[in-house]
Amino acid sequence: MRGGLWQLGQSITRRLAHGDKKAVARRCFASEAELKKTVFHDFHVAHGGKMVPFAGWSMPIQYKDSIMDSTINCRENGSLFDVSHMCGLSLKGKDAAPFLEKLVIADVAGLAPGTGTLTVFTNEKGGAIDDSVITKVTDDHIYLVVNAGCRDKDLAHIEEHMKAFKAKGGDVSWHIHDERSLLALQGPLAAPVLQHLTKEDLSKLYFGEFRVLDINGSECFLTRTGYTGEDGFEISVPSEHGVDLAKAILEKSEGKVRLTGLGARDSLRLEAGLCLYGNDMEQHITPIEAGLTWAIGKRRRAEGGFLGADVILKQLEEGPKIRRVGFFSSGPPPRSHSEIQDEGGNNIGEITSGGFSPCLQKNIAMGYVKSGLHKAATKVKIIIRGKPNEGVVTKMPFVPTKYYKPS
Amino acid sequence: MALRMWASSTANALKLSSVSRPHLLPPFSFSRCLSSVLDGLKYADSHEWVKHEGSVATIGITDHAQDHLGEVVYVELPEPGGTVSKKSGFGAVESVKATSDINSPISGEIVEVNKKLTETPGLVNSSPYEDGWMIKVKPSDPSELDSLMGPKEYTKFCEEEDASH
Repeated sequence: MRGGLWQLGQSITRRLAHGDKKAVARRCFASEAELKKTVFHDFHVAHGGKMVPFAGWSMPIQYKDSIMDSTINCRENGSLFDVSHMCGLSLKGKDAAPFLEKLVIADVAGLAPGTGTLTVFTNEKGGAIDDSVITKVTDDHIYLVVNAGCRDKDLAHIEEHMKAFKAKGGDVSWHIHDERSLLALQGPLAAPVLQHLTKEDLSKLYFGEFRVLDINGSECFLTRTGYTGEDGFEISVPSEHGVDLAKAILEKSEGKVRLTGLGARDSLRLEAGLCLYGNDMEQHITPIEAGLTWAIGKRRRAEGGFLGADVILKQLEEGPKIRRVGFFSSGPPPRSHSEIQDEGGNNIGEITSGGFSPCLQKNIAMGYVKSGLHKAATKVKIIIRGKPNEGVVTKMPFVPTKYYKPS
Repeated sequence: MALRMWASSTANALKLSSVSRPHLLPPFSFSRCLSSVLDGLKYADSHEWVKHEGSVATIGITDHAQDHLGEVVYVELPEPGGTVSKKSGFGAVESVKATSDINSPISGEIVEVNKKLTETPGLVNSSPYEDGWMIKVKPSDPSELDSLMGPKEYTKFCEEEDASH
Protein backbone atom coordinates (compact mmCIF):
# COMPACT_ATOMS: atom_id res chain seq x y z
CA MET A 1 0.00 0.00 0.00
CA ARG A 2 1.38 3.32 -1.01
CA GLY A 3 0.33 6.93 -0.80
CA GLY A 4 -1.77 9.27 1.23
CA LEU A 5 -0.89 12.21 3.38
CA TRP A 6 -0.50 9.89 6.35
CA GLN A 7 2.13 8.05 4.37
CA LEU A 8 3.89 11.34 3.68
CA GLY A 9 4.12 12.04 7.38
CA GLN A 10 5.42 8.57 8.05
CA SER A 11 7.99 8.55 5.29
CA ILE A 12 9.36 11.92 6.34
CA THR A 13 9.48 10.77 9.94
CA ARG A 14 11.47 7.70 9.02
CA ARG A 15 13.88 9.64 6.88
CA LEU A 16 14.36 12.34 9.46
CA ALA A 17 15.19 9.64 11.97
CA HIS A 18 17.90 8.26 9.66
CA GLY A 19 21.11 7.75 11.58
CA ASP A 20 19.32 7.07 14.84
CA LYS A 21 18.36 3.40 14.73
CA LYS A 22 16.56 3.39 18.07
CA ALA A 23 14.51 6.39 17.09
CA VAL A 24 13.40 4.68 13.90
CA ALA A 25 12.13 1.64 15.76
CA ARG A 26 10.53 3.73 18.44
CA ARG A 27 8.78 6.07 16.06
CA CYS A 28 7.53 3.41 13.71
CA PHE A 29 5.67 1.83 16.58
CA ALA A 30 4.52 4.94 18.39
CA SER A 31 0.79 5.06 18.78
CA GLU A 32 -0.91 8.40 18.31
CA ALA A 33 -1.34 8.65 22.07
CA GLU A 34 2.44 8.57 22.46
CA LEU A 35 3.08 11.41 20.02
CA LYS A 36 4.18 14.67 21.53
CA LYS A 37 1.83 17.61 21.23
CA THR A 38 2.67 21.26 20.77
CA VAL A 39 0.79 23.86 22.79
CA PHE A 40 -1.20 24.54 19.63
CA HIS A 41 -2.53 21.00 19.27
CA ASP A 42 -6.09 21.65 20.45
CA PHE A 43 -6.11 24.91 18.50
CA HIS A 44 -5.21 22.99 15.33
CA VAL A 45 -7.91 20.41 15.86
CA ALA A 46 -10.50 23.09 16.59
CA HIS A 47 -9.58 24.75 13.28
CA GLY A 48 -9.95 21.61 11.22
CA GLY A 49 -6.33 20.55 11.37
CA LYS A 50 -5.64 17.05 10.08
CA MET A 51 -3.04 15.71 12.49
CA VAL A 52 -0.42 13.19 11.40
CA PRO A 53 2.69 11.76 13.05
CA PHE A 54 5.76 13.76 12.15
CA ALA A 55 9.16 13.24 13.79
CA GLY A 56 7.49 11.94 16.92
CA TRP A 57 4.99 14.79 17.08
CA SER A 58 1.33 15.09 16.21
CA MET A 59 1.41 17.85 13.61
CA PRO A 60 -1.13 19.40 11.23
CA ILE A 61 -0.45 18.42 7.67
CA GLN A 62 -3.44 20.35 6.36
CA TYR A 63 -6.45 22.37 7.52
CA LYS A 64 -9.71 23.01 5.71
CA ASP A 65 -7.83 24.62 2.83
CA SER A 66 -6.33 22.24 0.32
CA ILE A 67 -2.56 21.97 0.13
CA MET A 68 -2.74 23.58 -3.31
CA ASP A 69 -4.70 26.57 -2.03
CA SER A 70 -2.61 26.90 1.12
CA THR A 71 0.60 27.03 -0.88
CA ILE A 72 -0.72 29.66 -3.26
CA ASN A 73 -2.23 31.69 -0.43
CA CYS A 74 1.10 31.81 1.39
CA ARG A 75 2.68 33.52 -1.61
CA GLU A 76 -0.29 35.82 -2.26
CA ASN A 77 -1.28 36.71 1.31
CA GLY A 78 0.33 34.73 4.09
CA SER A 79 0.52 31.59 6.16
CA LEU A 80 0.85 30.85 9.84
CA PHE A 81 2.69 27.61 10.65
CA ASP A 82 3.22 25.83 13.93
CA VAL A 83 6.88 24.81 13.87
CA SER A 84 7.15 24.16 17.61
CA HIS A 85 8.30 20.62 16.89
CA MET A 86 11.60 22.19 15.86
CA CYS A 87 14.06 22.64 18.71
CA GLY A 88 15.26 26.05 19.84
CA LEU A 89 18.30 26.40 22.08
CA SER A 90 20.76 28.98 23.31
CA LEU A 91 24.51 28.68 23.73
CA LYS A 92 25.95 31.13 26.22
CA GLY A 93 29.42 32.01 27.41
CA LYS A 94 32.50 33.94 26.35
CA ASP A 95 33.53 31.03 24.11
CA ALA A 96 30.12 30.23 22.62
CA ALA A 97 31.18 31.32 19.13
CA PRO A 98 34.50 29.44 19.01
CA PHE A 99 32.74 26.38 20.38
CA LEU A 100 30.02 26.47 17.75
CA GLU A 101 32.57 27.04 15.00
CA LYS A 102 33.99 23.61 15.74
CA LEU A 103 30.62 22.13 14.83
CA VAL A 104 29.23 24.23 11.97
CA ILE A 105 30.54 25.64 8.71
CA ALA A 106 29.39 29.23 9.32
CA ASP A 107 31.59 32.17 10.21
CA VAL A 108 29.96 32.57 13.61
CA ALA A 109 32.56 35.01 14.91
CA GLY A 110 31.93 37.20 11.89
CA LEU A 111 28.19 37.50 12.51
CA ALA A 112 27.17 40.90 13.77
CA PRO A 113 25.06 40.81 16.94
CA GLY A 114 21.42 40.61 15.94
CA THR A 115 22.09 38.70 12.73
CA GLY A 116 21.94 35.07 11.73
CA THR A 117 22.46 32.63 8.92
CA LEU A 118 21.60 29.16 7.69
CA THR A 119 24.37 26.73 8.51
CA VAL A 120 25.18 23.02 8.56
CA PHE A 121 26.41 20.83 11.42
CA THR A 122 28.98 18.46 9.94
CA ASN A 123 30.28 15.06 10.91
CA GLU A 124 33.91 13.98 10.72
CA LYS A 125 33.51 13.03 7.06
CA GLY A 126 32.11 16.42 6.13
CA GLY A 127 28.58 15.08 5.80
CA ALA A 128 25.58 16.98 7.11
CA ILE A 129 24.31 16.06 10.56
CA ASP A 130 21.61 18.72 10.30
CA ASP A 131 20.97 22.15 8.88
CA SER A 132 20.18 24.92 11.32
CA VAL A 133 19.46 28.62 11.49
CA ILE A 134 21.88 30.20 13.95
CA THR A 135 21.62 33.74 15.25
CA LYS A 136 24.09 35.77 17.26
CA VAL A 137 22.12 37.59 19.95
CA THR A 138 25.22 39.03 21.59
CA ASP A 139 28.88 38.05 21.40
CA ASP A 140 28.33 35.58 24.22
CA HIS A 141 24.85 34.34 23.29
CA ILE A 142 23.92 32.31 20.21
CA TYR A 143 20.38 31.19 19.49
CA LEU A 144 19.82 28.15 17.25
CA VAL A 145 16.91 26.25 15.80
CA VAL A 146 17.42 22.66 14.66
CA ASN A 147 15.13 20.27 12.84
CA ALA A 148 12.63 18.23 14.82
CA GLY A 149 13.71 14.89 13.46
CA CYS A 150 17.35 15.60 14.28
CA ARG A 151 16.84 16.97 17.77
CA ASP A 152 18.04 13.95 19.73
CA LYS A 153 21.19 13.39 17.72
CA ASP A 154 21.96 17.11 17.49
CA LEU A 155 21.68 17.60 21.24
CA ALA A 156 23.77 14.49 21.90
CA HIS A 157 26.38 15.74 19.43
CA ILE A 158 26.51 19.21 20.96
CA GLU A 159 26.63 17.84 24.50
CA GLU A 160 29.47 15.46 23.69
CA HIS A 161 31.59 18.21 22.18
CA MET A 162 30.66 20.69 24.89
CA LYS A 163 31.98 18.33 27.57
CA ALA A 164 35.31 18.06 25.81
CA PHE A 165 35.42 21.80 25.18
CA LYS A 166 34.69 22.69 28.79
CA ALA A 167 37.19 20.11 30.02
CA LYS A 168 39.82 22.17 28.23
CA GLY A 169 38.68 25.30 30.02
CA GLY A 170 36.19 26.60 27.47
CA ASP A 171 33.42 28.85 28.73
CA VAL A 172 30.13 27.68 27.21
CA SER A 173 26.78 26.43 28.48
CA TRP A 174 23.40 25.83 26.93
CA HIS A 175 19.68 26.10 27.49
CA ILE A 176 17.02 24.24 25.50
CA HIS A 177 13.97 26.45 25.04
CA ASP A 178 11.34 23.84 25.81
CA GLU A 179 9.38 26.52 27.64
CA ARG A 180 8.88 28.30 24.31
CA SER A 181 6.93 27.56 21.15
CA LEU A 182 7.75 28.47 17.59
CA LEU A 183 5.48 29.99 14.97
CA ALA A 184 6.41 30.82 11.39
CA LEU A 185 4.50 33.72 9.85
CA GLN A 186 5.27 33.86 6.15
CA GLY A 187 4.16 35.75 3.07
CA PRO A 188 3.57 39.31 1.89
CA LEU A 189 1.14 40.11 4.73
CA ALA A 190 3.47 38.79 7.43
CA ALA A 191 5.16 42.11 8.15
CA PRO A 192 2.06 44.34 7.97
CA VAL A 193 0.11 41.99 10.23
CA LEU A 194 2.88 41.54 12.75
CA GLN A 195 3.51 45.28 12.86
CA HIS A 196 0.06 45.68 14.40
CA LEU A 197 1.15 43.54 17.33
CA THR A 198 4.42 45.22 18.26
CA LYS A 199 5.64 48.76 18.74
CA GLU A 200 9.08 48.17 17.28
CA ASP A 201 9.47 49.27 13.65
CA LEU A 202 9.72 46.02 11.70
CA SER A 203 10.72 47.82 8.51
CA LYS A 204 14.15 48.17 10.11
CA LEU A 205 14.50 44.42 10.66
CA TYR A 206 15.96 42.77 7.58
CA PHE A 207 16.21 39.19 6.36
CA GLY A 208 18.35 37.13 8.72
CA GLU A 209 18.13 39.63 11.55
CA PHE A 210 17.02 38.90 15.10
CA ARG A 211 15.42 40.87 17.93
CA VAL A 212 14.10 40.18 21.38
CA LEU A 213 10.96 42.26 21.66
CA ASP A 214 7.43 42.44 22.96
CA ILE A 215 4.81 41.02 20.63
CA ASN A 216 1.16 40.97 21.68
CA GLY A 217 2.21 41.46 25.28
CA SER A 218 4.88 38.77 25.64
CA GLU A 219 8.62 38.71 25.12
CA CYS A 220 9.44 36.97 21.86
CA PHE A 221 12.54 36.06 19.91
CA LEU A 222 11.91 37.33 16.41
CA THR A 223 13.95 36.31 13.38
CA ARG A 224 13.16 37.62 9.93
CA THR A 225 13.53 34.33 8.13
CA GLY A 226 11.58 31.28 7.05
CA TYR A 227 11.66 28.21 4.90
CA THR A 228 9.21 29.22 2.19
CA GLY A 229 11.14 31.68 0.05
CA GLU A 230 8.80 34.44 1.20
CA ASP A 231 9.39 37.41 3.44
CA GLY A 232 8.35 36.49 6.94
CA PHE A 233 9.29 35.72 10.49
CA GLU A 234 9.95 32.92 12.90
CA ILE A 235 8.61 33.82 16.32
CA SER A 236 9.67 32.09 19.50
CA VAL A 237 6.94 32.86 22.04
CA PRO A 238 6.56 31.75 25.68
CA SER A 239 4.40 28.65 25.38
CA GLU A 240 1.72 29.99 27.70
CA HIS A 241 1.15 32.91 25.30
CA GLY A 242 1.41 30.93 22.08
CA VAL A 243 -2.26 30.37 21.31
CA ASP A 244 -3.12 33.99 22.11
CA LEU A 245 -0.46 35.14 19.67
CA ALA A 246 -1.67 32.78 16.94
CA LYS A 247 -5.23 34.04 17.40
CA ALA A 248 -4.10 37.67 17.34
CA ILE A 249 -2.17 37.16 14.10
CA LEU A 250 -5.13 35.51 12.40
CA GLU A 251 -7.50 38.22 13.63
CA LYS A 252 -5.26 41.09 12.53
CA SER A 253 -5.06 39.66 9.03
CA GLU A 254 -8.86 39.46 8.77
CA GLY A 255 -8.73 35.92 7.48
CA LYS A 256 -6.15 36.47 4.76
CA VAL A 257 -3.30 34.86 6.67
CA ARG A 258 -4.36 31.24 6.93
CA LEU A 259 -3.30 28.44 9.21
CA THR A 260 -1.12 26.25 7.03
CA GLY A 261 0.16 22.74 7.52
CA LEU A 262 3.28 20.74 6.81
CA GLY A 263 2.02 19.61 3.42
CA ALA A 264 1.99 23.13 2.01
CA ARG A 265 5.20 23.98 3.85
CA ASP A 266 6.92 21.17 2.01
CA SER A 267 5.61 22.46 -1.33
CA LEU A 268 6.76 25.98 -0.49
CA ARG A 269 10.29 25.03 0.51
CA LEU A 270 10.59 22.82 -2.59
CA GLU A 271 9.46 25.68 -4.84
CA ALA A 272 12.07 27.83 -3.09
CA GLY A 273 14.75 25.21 -3.80
CA LEU A 274 15.45 24.59 -0.12
CA CYS A 275 16.71 21.28 1.23
CA LEU A 276 14.65 19.05 3.47
CA TYR A 277 17.00 17.28 5.85
CA GLY A 278 16.40 13.55 5.51
CA ASN A 279 15.49 13.86 1.84
CA ASP A 280 17.89 16.27 0.16
CA MET A 281 20.58 16.32 2.80
CA GLU A 282 21.85 13.46 4.90
CA GLN A 283 24.90 12.27 6.81
CA HIS A 284 26.66 11.23 3.62
CA ILE A 285 25.98 14.46 1.71
CA THR A 286 28.37 17.37 2.17
CA PRO A 287 27.32 21.02 2.05
CA ILE A 288 29.32 21.37 -1.17
CA GLU A 289 27.39 18.58 -2.85
CA ALA A 290 24.14 20.08 -1.56
CA GLY A 291 24.93 23.42 -3.18
CA LEU A 292 25.52 25.23 0.10
CA THR A 293 29.07 26.37 -0.60
CA TRP A 294 27.85 29.93 -0.07
CA ALA A 295 27.17 29.06 3.59
CA ILE A 296 30.85 28.40 4.30
CA GLY A 297 32.27 31.69 5.46
CA LYS A 298 35.27 33.08 3.62
CA ARG A 299 37.51 32.81 6.67
CA ARG A 300 36.31 29.26 7.29
CA ARG A 301 37.30 28.25 3.77
CA ALA A 302 40.79 29.43 4.53
CA GLU A 303 41.01 28.11 8.08
CA GLY A 304 38.71 25.10 8.30
CA GLY A 305 38.34 24.21 11.96
CA PHE A 306 35.01 22.43 11.69
CA LEU A 307 34.40 18.68 11.65
CA GLY A 308 35.12 17.16 8.26
CA ALA A 309 36.95 20.27 7.09
CA ASP A 310 39.56 18.23 5.22
CA VAL A 311 36.90 16.56 3.07
CA ILE A 312 34.99 19.77 2.48
CA LEU A 313 37.98 21.95 1.68
CA LYS A 314 39.20 19.30 -0.75
CA GLN A 315 35.82 19.34 -2.48
CA LEU A 316 36.04 23.11 -2.63
CA GLU A 317 39.35 22.80 -4.40
CA GLU A 318 38.62 19.87 -6.70
CA GLY A 319 34.86 20.09 -7.07
CA PRO A 320 32.42 17.48 -5.75
CA LYS A 321 31.54 14.28 -7.61
CA ILE A 322 27.80 14.85 -7.33
CA ARG A 323 25.67 17.98 -7.18
CA ARG A 324 22.16 18.85 -6.15
CA VAL A 325 20.16 20.33 -9.00
CA GLY A 326 16.57 21.18 -9.83
CA PHE A 327 14.41 19.57 -12.52
CA PHE A 328 11.28 20.24 -14.49
CA SER A 329 9.61 17.16 -15.90
CA SER A 330 6.56 15.84 -17.72
CA GLY A 331 4.34 12.92 -16.80
CA PRO A 332 3.79 11.91 -13.17
CA PRO A 333 5.37 14.10 -10.51
CA PRO A 334 8.78 12.72 -9.50
CA ARG A 335 9.12 11.55 -5.92
CA SER A 336 12.03 10.78 -3.66
CA HIS A 337 14.21 7.93 -4.97
CA SER A 338 13.13 8.13 -8.60
CA GLU A 339 16.14 7.20 -10.72
CA ILE A 340 17.65 9.81 -13.03
CA GLN A 341 19.16 8.66 -16.33
CA ASP A 342 20.94 10.44 -19.12
CA GLU A 343 19.43 10.34 -22.59
CA GLY A 344 21.33 7.14 -23.29
CA GLY A 345 19.66 5.30 -20.40
CA ASN A 346 22.63 5.39 -18.02
CA ASN A 347 22.03 6.02 -14.34
CA ILE A 348 23.34 9.45 -13.35
CA GLY A 349 21.60 10.08 -10.06
CA GLU A 350 18.47 10.08 -7.96
CA ILE A 351 15.58 12.39 -7.12
CA THR A 352 15.49 13.39 -3.45
CA SER A 353 12.36 15.57 -3.43
CA GLY A 354 9.68 16.20 -5.99
CA GLY A 355 6.07 16.96 -6.57
CA PHE A 356 3.61 19.14 -8.38
CA SER A 357 4.23 22.85 -7.89
CA PRO A 358 0.99 24.64 -6.98
CA CYS A 359 2.40 28.01 -8.03
CA LEU A 360 3.88 26.87 -11.33
CA GLN A 361 1.27 24.18 -12.09
CA LYS A 362 3.97 21.81 -13.27
CA ASN A 363 6.25 19.12 -11.91
CA ILE A 364 9.36 20.19 -10.04
CA ALA A 365 12.01 18.13 -8.32
CA MET A 366 15.50 18.21 -6.93
CA GLY A 367 18.10 15.51 -6.76
CA TYR A 368 21.73 14.65 -7.18
CA VAL A 369 23.47 14.03 -10.48
CA LYS A 370 27.07 13.34 -11.39
CA SER A 371 29.13 16.48 -11.72
CA GLY A 372 29.41 17.48 -15.35
CA LEU A 373 25.74 16.68 -15.93
CA HIS A 374 24.52 19.42 -13.62
CA LYS A 375 24.30 22.33 -16.04
CA ALA A 376 20.92 23.96 -16.57
CA ALA A 377 19.15 22.72 -19.70
CA THR A 378 20.76 19.27 -19.54
CA LYS A 379 18.14 16.75 -20.67
CA VAL A 380 17.47 13.72 -18.49
CA LYS A 381 15.01 10.89 -18.06
CA ILE A 382 13.29 10.45 -14.71
CA ILE A 383 12.16 6.88 -14.15
CA ILE A 384 8.79 6.58 -12.45
CA ARG A 385 7.12 3.20 -12.00
CA GLY A 386 9.55 1.77 -14.49
CA LYS A 387 8.84 4.28 -17.25
CA PRO A 388 11.13 7.10 -18.43
CA ASN A 389 9.76 10.64 -18.43
CA GLU A 390 11.32 13.70 -20.02
CA GLY A 391 13.11 15.99 -17.61
CA VAL A 392 15.48 18.93 -17.79
CA VAL A 393 17.95 20.34 -15.28
CA THR A 394 17.09 23.83 -14.09
CA LYS A 395 18.47 26.41 -11.69
CA MET A 396 16.70 26.91 -8.39
CA PRO A 397 14.70 28.50 -6.85
CA PHE A 398 11.78 27.44 -9.02
CA VAL A 399 9.72 30.32 -7.62
CA PRO A 400 11.72 33.54 -7.02
CA THR A 401 12.42 34.36 -3.39
CA LYS A 402 11.17 37.55 -1.79
CA TYR A 403 13.43 38.03 1.18
CA TYR A 404 13.28 41.50 2.71
CA LYS A 405 16.71 43.01 2.20
CA PRO A 406 18.08 46.54 2.23
CA SER A 407 17.70 47.96 -1.26
CA MET B 1 -7.49 2.62 -4.58
CA ALA B 2 -4.84 1.61 -2.11
CA LEU B 3 -4.95 4.85 -0.19
CA ARG B 4 -4.28 4.67 3.50
CA MET B 5 -7.20 6.53 4.93
CA TRP B 6 -7.16 8.78 7.92
CA ALA B 7 -9.45 11.39 9.32
CA SER B 8 -9.54 14.66 11.08
CA SER B 9 -10.22 14.44 14.78
CA THR B 10 -13.08 16.90 14.51
CA ALA B 11 -16.41 15.29 15.23
CA ASN B 12 -18.18 16.59 12.16
CA ALA B 13 -15.49 15.73 9.66
CA LEU B 14 -16.42 13.56 6.73
CA LYS B 15 -20.04 12.94 7.58
CA LEU B 16 -21.22 10.58 4.88
CA SER B 17 -24.61 10.26 3.29
CA SER B 18 -26.17 8.92 0.12
CA VAL B 19 -27.14 11.52 -2.41
CA SER B 20 -28.62 11.12 -5.85
CA ARG B 21 -25.86 13.04 -7.62
CA PRO B 22 -22.54 14.45 -6.49
CA HIS B 23 -22.21 18.20 -6.64
CA LEU B 24 -20.02 19.44 -9.42
CA LEU B 25 -17.13 21.54 -8.17
CA PRO B 26 -14.23 23.28 -9.89
CA PRO B 27 -11.12 21.10 -10.27
CA PHE B 28 -9.26 22.83 -7.44
CA SER B 29 -11.46 23.59 -4.51
CA PHE B 30 -11.35 23.59 -0.76
CA SER B 31 -11.66 20.20 0.82
CA ARG B 32 -15.25 19.38 1.54
CA CYS B 33 -16.54 17.99 4.79
CA LEU B 34 -19.07 15.78 3.06
CA SER B 35 -18.25 12.86 0.78
CA SER B 36 -21.01 11.46 -1.36
CA VAL B 37 -21.87 7.82 -1.93
CA LEU B 38 -24.14 6.94 -4.84
CA ASP B 39 -26.89 4.36 -4.97
CA GLY B 40 -26.62 1.88 -7.79
CA LEU B 41 -22.85 1.45 -7.54
CA LYS B 42 -20.68 -1.18 -5.93
CA TYR B 43 -17.68 -0.27 -3.78
CA ALA B 44 -14.34 -1.84 -2.90
CA ASP B 45 -12.57 -1.55 0.43
CA SER B 46 -9.67 0.10 -1.41
CA HIS B 47 -12.09 2.91 -2.34
CA GLU B 48 -12.90 2.27 -5.98
CA TRP B 49 -16.45 2.18 -7.34
CA VAL B 50 -17.94 0.02 -10.10
CA LYS B 51 -21.01 0.65 -12.21
CA HIS B 52 -22.10 -2.45 -14.12
CA GLU B 53 -24.31 -1.81 -17.15
CA GLY B 54 -24.88 -4.53 -19.71
CA SER B 55 -21.61 -6.13 -20.71
CA VAL B 56 -19.42 -3.28 -19.44
CA ALA B 57 -18.40 -2.14 -15.97
CA THR B 58 -17.12 1.40 -15.40
CA ILE B 59 -14.55 1.96 -12.63
CA GLY B 60 -13.26 5.03 -10.79
CA ILE B 61 -12.24 6.14 -7.33
CA THR B 62 -14.81 7.28 -4.79
CA ASP B 63 -15.58 10.75 -3.58
CA HIS B 64 -14.23 9.71 -0.18
CA ALA B 65 -10.95 8.69 -1.78
CA GLN B 66 -10.47 11.88 -3.76
CA ASP B 67 -11.36 13.93 -0.71
CA HIS B 68 -8.56 12.35 1.27
CA LEU B 69 -6.10 12.48 -1.58
CA GLY B 70 -6.49 16.19 -2.28
CA GLU B 71 -6.15 17.79 -5.69
CA VAL B 72 -5.28 15.24 -8.33
CA VAL B 73 -2.52 16.48 -10.63
CA TYR B 74 -1.87 13.33 -12.66
CA VAL B 75 -3.68 10.10 -13.43
CA GLU B 76 -1.77 7.16 -14.85
CA LEU B 77 -3.96 4.65 -16.64
CA PRO B 78 -3.32 1.51 -18.68
CA GLU B 79 -3.94 1.05 -22.41
CA PRO B 80 -7.17 -0.43 -23.78
CA GLY B 81 -6.88 -4.10 -24.59
CA GLY B 82 -4.99 -4.97 -21.44
CA THR B 83 -6.48 -6.93 -18.59
CA VAL B 84 -7.15 -6.15 -14.95
CA SER B 85 -7.37 -8.56 -12.04
CA LYS B 86 -9.53 -8.24 -8.98
CA LYS B 87 -7.63 -6.43 -6.21
CA SER B 88 -4.60 -5.78 -8.42
CA GLY B 89 -3.34 -2.37 -9.42
CA PHE B 90 -4.07 -0.92 -12.83
CA GLY B 91 -2.89 2.66 -12.44
CA ALA B 92 -1.96 5.47 -10.09
CA VAL B 93 -3.30 8.80 -8.95
CA GLU B 94 -0.91 11.62 -8.06
CA SER B 95 -1.81 14.52 -5.84
CA VAL B 96 0.37 17.45 -4.83
CA LYS B 97 1.82 15.41 -1.98
CA ALA B 98 1.15 11.74 -2.54
CA THR B 99 0.93 8.83 -4.94
CA SER B 100 -1.76 6.19 -4.64
CA ASP B 101 -2.18 2.94 -6.51
CA ILE B 102 -5.58 2.27 -8.03
CA ASN B 103 -6.76 -1.31 -7.62
CA SER B 104 -9.38 -2.92 -9.78
CA PRO B 105 -12.42 -4.23 -7.91
CA ILE B 106 -13.04 -6.86 -10.62
CA SER B 107 -11.22 -8.88 -13.29
CA GLY B 108 -11.65 -8.45 -17.01
CA GLU B 109 -10.52 -6.88 -20.24
CA ILE B 110 -10.02 -3.11 -20.50
CA VAL B 111 -12.20 -1.87 -23.35
CA GLU B 112 -11.94 1.88 -22.81
CA VAL B 113 -9.82 4.39 -20.90
CA ASN B 114 -10.84 7.95 -19.99
CA LYS B 115 -8.36 9.96 -22.04
CA LYS B 116 -9.77 13.22 -20.71
CA LEU B 117 -7.98 12.56 -17.43
CA THR B 118 -4.61 13.02 -19.12
CA GLU B 119 -5.35 16.69 -19.74
CA THR B 120 -7.79 17.30 -16.90
CA PRO B 121 -6.90 15.12 -13.91
CA GLY B 122 -8.94 17.42 -11.67
CA LEU B 123 -12.07 15.74 -13.02
CA VAL B 124 -11.37 13.04 -10.46
CA ASN B 125 -11.94 15.67 -7.77
CA SER B 126 -14.78 17.57 -9.35
CA SER B 127 -16.73 14.61 -10.70
CA PRO B 128 -15.46 11.31 -9.28
CA TYR B 129 -18.55 9.31 -10.28
CA GLU B 130 -19.13 10.78 -13.73
CA ASP B 131 -16.57 12.71 -15.78
CA GLY B 132 -13.77 11.40 -13.56
CA TRP B 133 -14.33 7.73 -14.43
CA MET B 134 -11.12 5.87 -15.25
CA ILE B 135 -11.56 2.61 -17.13
CA LYS B 136 -14.33 0.51 -18.63
CA VAL B 137 -13.94 -3.23 -18.28
CA LYS B 138 -15.63 -6.24 -19.80
CA PRO B 139 -15.88 -8.42 -16.67
CA SER B 140 -14.52 -11.93 -17.00
CA ASP B 141 -16.62 -13.05 -14.03
CA PRO B 142 -19.62 -10.82 -13.25
CA SER B 143 -20.24 -12.71 -10.02
CA GLU B 144 -17.18 -10.94 -8.57
CA LEU B 145 -19.42 -7.91 -8.23
CA ASP B 146 -21.51 -9.72 -5.63
CA SER B 147 -18.72 -9.58 -3.06
CA LEU B 148 -18.38 -5.79 -3.30
CA MET B 149 -20.10 -3.40 -0.91
CA GLY B 150 -23.35 -1.58 -1.57
CA PRO B 151 -23.68 2.13 -0.74
CA LYS B 152 -24.90 1.68 2.83
CA GLU B 153 -22.24 -0.86 3.64
CA TYR B 154 -19.54 1.32 2.08
CA THR B 155 -20.72 4.38 3.99
CA LYS B 156 -20.43 2.44 7.22
CA PHE B 157 -17.03 1.08 6.17
CA CYS B 158 -15.71 4.60 5.60
CA GLU B 159 -17.04 5.83 8.93
CA GLU B 160 -15.39 2.95 10.74
CA GLU B 161 -12.12 3.37 8.88
CA ASP B 162 -11.99 7.09 9.61
CA ALA B 163 -12.87 6.52 13.24
CA SER B 164 -9.92 4.17 13.64
CA HIS B 165 -7.37 6.83 12.64
